[in-house]
Amino acid sequence: MIGSLPPRYRVSIDPVRCMECERCIENCSYGVFRRDGDRILVNSRNCTACHRCVACCPRDAIMLEEHPCDYRSHPLWTREAREAIYRQAETGRIILAGMGNALDYPVIFDRLVLDACQVTNPSLDPLREPIELRTHIGKKPARLDLRRNSNGDVELRTRLTPNLRAETPVMIGHMSYGAISLNAQISLARAAKEVGTFMGTGEGGLHAALHPYQDRIVVQVASGRFGVNIDYLERGAAIEIKIGQGAKPGIGGHLPGEKVCGEISRTRMIPEGSDAISPAPHHDIYSIEDLAQLVRGLKEATEWKKPVFVKIAAVHNAAAIAAGIARSPADAVVIDGFRGGTGAAPRVFRDHVGIPIEAAVASVDQKLRDQGIRNEVSVIASGGIRGSADVAKVIALGADAVYIGTAALVAMGCRVCGNCYRGLCPWGIATQRPDLVERLDPDIAAKQVANLIRAWTLELAELLGAAGINSIESLRGNRDRLRGYMLDESLMQVLDVRQVGA
Amino acid sequence: MQGRRANPVIAMCGIIGVMDRRRGAIGGSGIRQALSMMNERGSGEGAGYAAYGIYPEYRDCYALHVFFNDIQEDKLPFDAVLEQWGTVEHDEAIPTYDQPNLRAVHTPWRYFFRPDPSLAPGGAPQDDIVSTLVMRVNAARRGALIVSSGKNLGVFKAAGWPEDVANFYRIEDYEGYTWLAHNRYPTNTPGWWGGAHPFNLLDWSVVHNGEITSYGTNRRYIESFGYTCSMFTDTEVVAYLIDLLVRRHGLDIDIAVRALAPPFWEDIDRMPGAEQEWNTALRLAYAQAMMNGPFAIVAADAGTMVGFTDRSKLRPMVVGECGDRLYISSEEAAIRAMEPNVESIMMPAAGEPVIGRVAR
Repeated sequence: MIGSLPPRYRVSIDPVRCMECERCIENCSYGVFRRDGDRILVNSRNCTACHRCVACCPRDAIMLEEHPCDYRSHPLWTREAREAIYRQAETGRIILAGMGNALDYPVIFDRLVLDACQVTNPSLDPLREPIELRTHIGKKPARLDLRRNSNGDVELRTRLTPNLRAETPVMIGHMSYGAISLNAQISLARAAKEVGTFMGTGEGGLHAALHPYQDRIVVQVASGRFGVNIDYLERGAAIEIKIGQGAKPGIGGHLPGEKVCGEISRTRMIPEGSDAISPAPHHDIYSIEDLAQLVRGLKEATEWKKPVFVKIAAVHNAAAIAAGIARSPADAVVIDGFRGGTGAAPRVFRDHVGIPIEAAVASVDQKLRDQGIRNEVSVIASGGIRGSADVAKVIALGADAVYIGTAALVAMGCRVCGNCYRGLCPWGIATQRPDLVERLDPDIAAKQVANLIRAWTLELAELLGAAGINSIESLRGNRDRLRGYMLDESLMQVLDVRQVGA
Repeated sequence: MQGRRANPVIAMCGIIGVMDRRRGAIGGSGIRQALSMMNERGSGEGAGYAAYGIYPEYRDCYALHVFFNDIQEDKLPFDAVLEQWGTVEHDEAIPTYDQPNLRAVHTPWRYFFRPDPSLAPGGAPQDDIVSTLVMRVNAARRGALIVSSGKNLGVFKAAGWPEDVANFYRIEDYEGYTWLAHNRYPTNTPGWWGGAHPFNLLDWSVVHNGEITSYGTNRRYIESFGYTCSMFTDTEVVAYLIDLLVRRHGLDIDIAVRALAPPFWEDIDRMPGAEQEWNTALRLAYAQAMMNGPFAIVAADAGTMVGFTDRSKLRPMVVGECGDRLYISSEEAAIRAMEPNVESIMMPAAGEPVIGRVAR
């Protein structure tokens, strides 16, 4: 027999501070708290460390502690390794997990430092000088045919492909209605509109409540084709074909039938209560030329007015795949690093498949330049972007813009507890239970997400100014302004950065 | 990718350019004096001159100015390379005169060269052959460095004060109709002759005061078009960017300069339709060619001289006119040293180029 495993968390209530208001009982959707006479009892085993109770307790009476019970320590047979085995020995199943990669890989971003000006060139003060963060996503011509006509006016003879124009390089990535609640999606859409950026629908269709924000929405076409029809494509500001996802490269997705309520069934265009299964590959894309065909098909369907993105997971061969995508009519390639979040992924994929976004962007940018096709696609980096410094670093490595996912959820209250797949999110984000969804007020959440993007954008302007750069274009691929700190030689070669002091 | 790169050189510097729009001869002594007016801006570790119209007898040949590390060892292999690539009409040592304060670490030589057209199947322009030759030779570092490669022009530069460099080459013996000159204050690779300005590729020469904070972006961009940055200094990308935009992409010089120092978006947003459209296109297509950081640049080819600054004008630039002559410099004093009776002096606004053209 295996018996019960030690509880992961221990929740305790300070009886002196507690005033038995029962807010913890009301707020905990996992059933940690219950009333027993004049006491509040705690079942720590149910706790996910979502902090909803901590955040709601008016008296700071609740304390939470991780791993209150030790195993015998062992460097190889960690607690996680042992517990995974106990669980699989009992169930015989694949272990599901939420959020991003949870293994302790080194974070390359934290081994890269940015540059600033001293003496030989002036740093710029964003309060006095314009610092431009406007970002255009889409194909750019490699050269222009600009001529003067007989009156001396300049005439542009090159036809430009439509680009998305964002006022910041920070965009919001794809999280579907189904994976997150409608209130969460509305909040993200409002925030995107407010700060002049874009958000993605994920593969969940476009609910009518999002139509007012459609010019700020990138609609996704993924392998299940949920929610896709001509109306959907025409509403989007751009279309994204999702091939893969950083949290689970090489596999598809699964929205369990119990989450497919009336609204989701209508938005995804599937029967109520049926499982929404996105296959691993698109069954009409078995090669790069098939992908190019779908890109062209979507372009034709929307009269070549919409940029089309292709999103891939950062895998070993990402650079060559991106070069293939650049040769199609696609306008941008989204590279999702192995730290990318997800509502639910098999743990073995989340933690072990794919490569870090920093290395993927560096090699994609280099490959596109080597082949002289960097202008053919924009590069959007995603997967584990935690702050403006990560944005600056990944742009210096070669990205045009970033997608944030987890960071936007955190801005709405998410505590990264990693239980999204259970549908009980007490913050009203990753759930469809009406009483929980109601907790998320789009007026407030939209403001918080907009604040976050605004704050990062301000910080980016400061970082650029300090580096003596007044436009984001001049940071892009400017790896001279990065240095590696305690990075090994071979990785610095991949990133094409020098070490600190060099 | 090349091996590990050194830091690009950071420099302060004084610059001056003068052009006679009717191709009237300007002797080298005036520009020597003008440049020495700006010694405050230099440190005696680099100066140089580019002169247009100095080789009329070989006007159809590419004039290659070459620095040899060791004339005994390095010249023969270089001659062999030129022989593979075309015909040398004439070659000779560039006359130099020892100066007590200038250590002659290189032997300057000039070749008047015609590329072999059969090297360019499909009729690629001769300019492409010569540009490829320059990139190959300079990247190979076999003791020979091509410092200028245009027709009827030459770059004379060395590590030293402007007067010493001028006297070393006896610059007053040359008569050109356009001159560029540069007084350098290096902070990174002092003593490296290749780091002195002007920088040249084919017809275009560049002098630059400033630091390009976008160097990494510009270098990665230009290298994807087959250029190789081998001079350890940021200015060389300017010469290559102008070559790419003007010669290879066929943009007018004023439009090319606009791509390098474009208007801010807030200004573009206020432009009328067609103007807004082409300015937007220019910023999109040439985003990575755009140069950031403080700079004032004077560039010239056989028929043009252009001065422009960064978009915020963080380096000085003064323009003077007198008769047929156009002057562009860091300092008014330098212009007045050459032309005490200068008729007009003006300071162009940030990012606003000044262009002089030789009358046809």
